[in-house]
Amino acid sequence: MNPGDWLAHWWPGLLLGPALLGGALAFVWPRLGFALGQGVALLNALAAVLLVWRVAVGGPLAHAAGGWPAPLGIGLRLDGLAVLMVLAAALVAWAGALNARSYFRAHGQAPEGFWPLWLFLMAALNGLFISADLFNLYVMLELTGLAAVGLVVLGGGTDSLAAALRYLLVGLGGSLCYLLGVGLMYGAYGTVDLPLLASQASGPALGAALALMTAGLFFKAGIFPFHFWLPPAHGGAPAPVSAMLSALVVEAAFYLLMRLWLELAPLSLAELALPVSGVLGSAAVVWGAVNALRAERLKLMIAYSTVSQLGYLFLALPLMPLAGAAIWSGAALLVLSHALAKGALFLGAGTVLNVVGHDRIRGLNGLAQRLPLTVAVFVLAAVSLIGLPPSGGFLAKWLLLNGAIAQGQWWAVAVLLVGSVLAGAYMFRVLGRCFTYGHTGGREPGVALAAQWPAFGLAAAAVALGLAGSWVGALALAGSPFEGDALLGVAP
Amino acid sequence: MTLSLLYASAGVLLFCLGLFALAVRPHLLHKILALNVAGAGAFLVYLGLAYRGGGAAADPAPQAMVLTGIVVAVSTTALALALALRLGRATGRMELPDGSADR
Repeated sequence: MNPGDWLAHWWPGLLLGPALLGGALAFVWPRLGFALGQGVALLNALAAVLLVWRVAVGGPLAHAAGGWPAPLGIGLRLDGLAVLMVLAAALVAWAGALNARSYFRAHGQAPEGFWPLWLFLMAALNGLFISADLFNLYVMLELTGLAAVGLVVLGGGTDSLAAALRYLLVGLGGSLCYLLGVGLMYGAYGTVDLPLLASQASGPALGAALALMTAGLFFKAGIFPFHFWLPPAHGGAPAPVSAMLSALVVEAAFYLLMRLWLELAPLSLAELALPVSGVLGSAAVVWGAVNALRAERLKLMIAYSTVSQLGYLFLALPLMPLAGAAIWSGAALLVLSHALAKGALFLGAGTVLNVVGHDRIRGLNGLAQRLPLTVAVFVLAAVSLIGLPPSGGFLAKWLLLNGAIAQGQWWAVAVLLVGSVLAGAYMFRVLGRCFTYGHTGGREPGVALAAQWPAFGLAAAAVALGLAGSWVGALALAGSPFEGDALLGVAP
Repeated sequence: MTLSLLYASAGVLLFCLGLFALAVRPHLLHKILALNVAGAGAFLVYLGLAYRGGGAAADPAPQAMVLTGIVVAVSTTALALALALRLGRATGRMELPDGSADR
């Protein structure tokens, strides 16, 4: 058996085993939590890189859990988009784990329960990205939500508690809608396997089921106007947790929507329903950015920036069925670059919070002299969030613009441009403070570089993503409905 | 078929009642109970659609899904109750504070 075959058979174990086992062990032996967290996060990152290589070289992988094939068994699959999501989750989780030690050192040590929940969250996200079974996806959504709520509580204090409880209630309401949709789907078609449903589902039951599932996922993704729970939950959690939540947990819901509407829904239904997503997305881009401009605390600003950036993804959804490859790859690149940049920003904000003692934007004068590396993180992340070349954010927006222009959807072009200007405004509001001359004490002593390098790595990766963009964009198409299409719809 | 549809419709009705109460009831215990009512409604839809009429045995797959769903519902309810109790002790009120003040 050659190594490739081994990987083709055992890849689900590689993605789920270490994280689940590590999480359980860290729960039983809290003292081992730190070592397990570091080890498993590193292992998971290595596995993700290995699988990216495997999918790029050998094409998508599929697996029937326990050897039970569909329609009864649970199908798992790892195509280009899934493996890119797994990679983003693994990188942010690894950087967060590296950063967590120094972040929590200011408060003694990581609160009890942090490491098990962190590892469970990693396992649940991996499970969500690789599931091709609607009911299994429901279970993974719930696991992700439970782990995320537990992590938000660790922020301590009544505000975090209230934010976590609101997040939990909203998330549960959303997943119940999703669950009812899955029930209708099974009742009508007798299976919950995504590829099988894609080949045989049609008719009014499909529309009703998709509407319910989509409504549930809108709540979970925190798209405007269902975003009300997001800023307090993401802004109040410990910084490494915020990084993971903002970078991946909300985007996981979008990832599912992409799957549902492009692999399952017929074109006529998508054309009828998806403009709603475009309207909500456009509103989210503007509303999130305006609130980010008004936010007084850095972490809250970053959380509102997530509301805004998610808007781009929902805006891209209605363009996808027709423009195909360009928008699909653009959305994949946007998810990836946003995950890396947002993870970096939250980790950087955590360092600021620990060193400066607060994160009021007004009070960040002269930060570039005190924490040069962290300010470099902010700059690089801003480059990608705004969408300046050569970052991943730039390439993603360029692909989206290209697709929008090819279809003559000028409203989308306008929102993309306005959103970029607003993103520039709210990021420069912070950077402007950082670079004023307000602090004469020189560089802050005693700030562990270990706290800052992981964030820097993520931010640099978000920018460097643009350089590998055509390769990543092509990988995202592997196994997608648009496989084999040209990446660009129109010649420049 | 009609019997199955009757159960499923009752399930949808329960589901809507639950979600409505979740949205409008401020008391946390009411919200958590509302979630459970909505969940029971969803399960009833699954079970109703599993009915195959006549003397035929019901489809076992939805029953397995409902079992899984019940496990999930028990765990989420437990977490929600624990958080609600903690919040109630910390603030003295079993309600979510108004979140609009947070900037």
